[in-house]
Amino acid sequence: MKLKKATEKIMNTVFLVCGFTAVAAVGLITIYMIISGLPAIREIGLIDFLFGTEWASTAAEPKFGILPFILTSVWGTVGAIIIGVPIGLMTAVFLSKVAKPRVAAMVRPAVDLLSGIPSVVYGLIGMMVLVPAIMDWFNLSNGTCLFAAILVLAIMILPSIISVSETALQAVPPEYEEASLALGATKIETIFKVSIPAAKSGIVAGVVLGIGRAIGEAMAVMMVAGNVANMPGLFKSVTFLTTAVAKEMSYAGGLQRQALFSIALVLFCFIMVINGLLNHFLKKGGAEDGK
Amino acid sequence: MKKIVAVLMAGLMVMGLVACSSEDTNSSTASSNSSQASTSEASTADESSEVLELSGSVTTGGSTSVESVVGAFIEAFREMYPDVDVTYDPTGSGAGITGASEGTLDIGLSSRALHDDETGLEETTFALDGIAIIVNNENTVEDLTLEQIKGLATGEITNWSEVGGPDMPVVLVGREAGSGTRDGFESIVDVEDACVYSQELTSTGAVIAAVASNPNAIGYASLSAVDDQVKTVTVEGVAPSEATVQDGSYQIQRPFVFVTKEGAELSDAAQAFIDFALSDDAEQLIIDAGAVPLA
Repeated sequence: MKLKKATEKIMNTVFLVCGFTAVAAVGLITIYMIISGLPAIREIGLIDFLFGTEWASTAAEPKFGILPFILTSVWGTVGAIIIGVPIGLMTAVFLSKVAKPRVAAMVRPAVDLLSGIPSVVYGLIGMMVLVPAIMDWFNLSNGTCLFAAILVLAIMILPSIISVSETALQAVPPEYEEASLALGATKIETIFKVSIPAAKSGIVAGVVLGIGRAIGEAMAVMMVAGNVANMPGLFKSVTFLTTAVAKEMSYAGGLQRQALFSIALVLFCFIMVINGLLNHFLKKGGAEDGK
Repeated sequence: MKKIVAVLMAGLMVMGLVACSSEDTNSSTASSNSSQASTSEASTADESSEVLELSGSVTTGGSTSVESVVGAFIEAFREMYPDVDVTYDPTGSGAGITGASEGTLDIGLSSRALHDDETGLEETTFALDGIAIIVNNENTVEDLTLEQIKGLATGEITNWSEVGGPDMPVVLVGREAGSGTRDGFESIVDVEDACVYSQELTSTGAVIAAVASNPNAIGYASLSAVDDQVKTVTVEGVAPSEATVQDGSYQIQRPFVFVTKEGAELSDAAQAFIDFALSDDAEQLIIDAGAVPLA
């Protein structure tokens, strides 16, 4: 009896420690990012840092303006969402409402597999296939550009959009749809006017999850975007926030290195905001389901 | 749940592979180093036995470009003299030279020769670095002058027809800011901070791959890394090779230099390190690290 009690207690402690590991990791990372990211911002000046349009970290007179990176990350993500969300949503509708079970059983594992493919593989295929193809299609002198990155990101965010939206669509009470059909609406009308609005918050959560993945992706983007610190243009070689950090970190020193930490801090803030949004939509979805 | 397990398993397998391969390279370098060390021990052992009992520390620092060469030196040197602690701080050639003149470093490392106004210092070249100019295999350009390379890099020349090539736009592919190869190319060709890049990549291999896949591209890469995926152009009529770098006729090259304070007495350990770097034993290490040994 005593032994049982002791085991209970020990296991409780073990669970508690495990639970706190994640919290401690987040806390430590946050503190580290702030401590290592602030000095460069203080030295460069917040306005010059965030809104400077030129990045030349190793020039004789170094310039540390990260506006090109911020805008590239924003436009890259927006582009990926514009392409990825319709495809993802349609796939989710197809899987949950339209497809015959046998077909759905074939498509679903493919989507799952898509999410398991490492980003370096996306990057490699983008580099070997997509970049030369873009060069060819648009008659460009150089195929590494924002557009290539957008296409790669659009594919990469599909799995999160599809799986979260599908779950949300499946959770729509069948009575809603039955009522709609009984009133004479067609199946397609029912999907777009009843099912999707009812699953709205779940779908938005999927989209936000996709945004998070797109804005945080480094490897695949680095291989197709060209990595020059230009202001964004669809067919220009560009650098994202993530790749700005990744590409220069290995040899950086001094203020350059500190500035890279500051970029990471800005990225960290972006992710925090996106996570906040995600929690907001998930909670809203939970509340609606509870009704 | 199944999916999570599958992903975890895949992750473990990948980690396993990485671990294996890194172990392999480690053990192979270690074995080559130990063979290196044993031959050098054999050669130094008969000179005097007290040298082997060297201890202390040697602080070096400076150029980031010399990292792979000096890293190899340090590893091999540690095999010979386990009690000597050699440190290397990659801070840039300028900081290395300053460190040597101010005495904060035992040995400063520079990837350029000393300027005339940097007096009171002694320079010892221990290796050379050749940078090859590469173009796509489809490109018909065979030779470029330094002036033409400068024009191509800064965007003054925008079409290959201006330098005797096909009618195609010029796309400059290079390395990221902070890279030693980039710094070397830009300082030798005199285009510092003036290059108009279309791609900035993070490894020599990536630059070569990018040039190989784009017929418009021009790029630069460490001489030792270039293979037949791309075409190496001659510069002012001289093809880059170990021999032309050594005799100085190939112009896109720079020396790797130890900088020490003039007249200052080096510690035994620091002197031993320099002697080792200049010995025949170091030659293979220099070649393996991608640089060109002295003639």
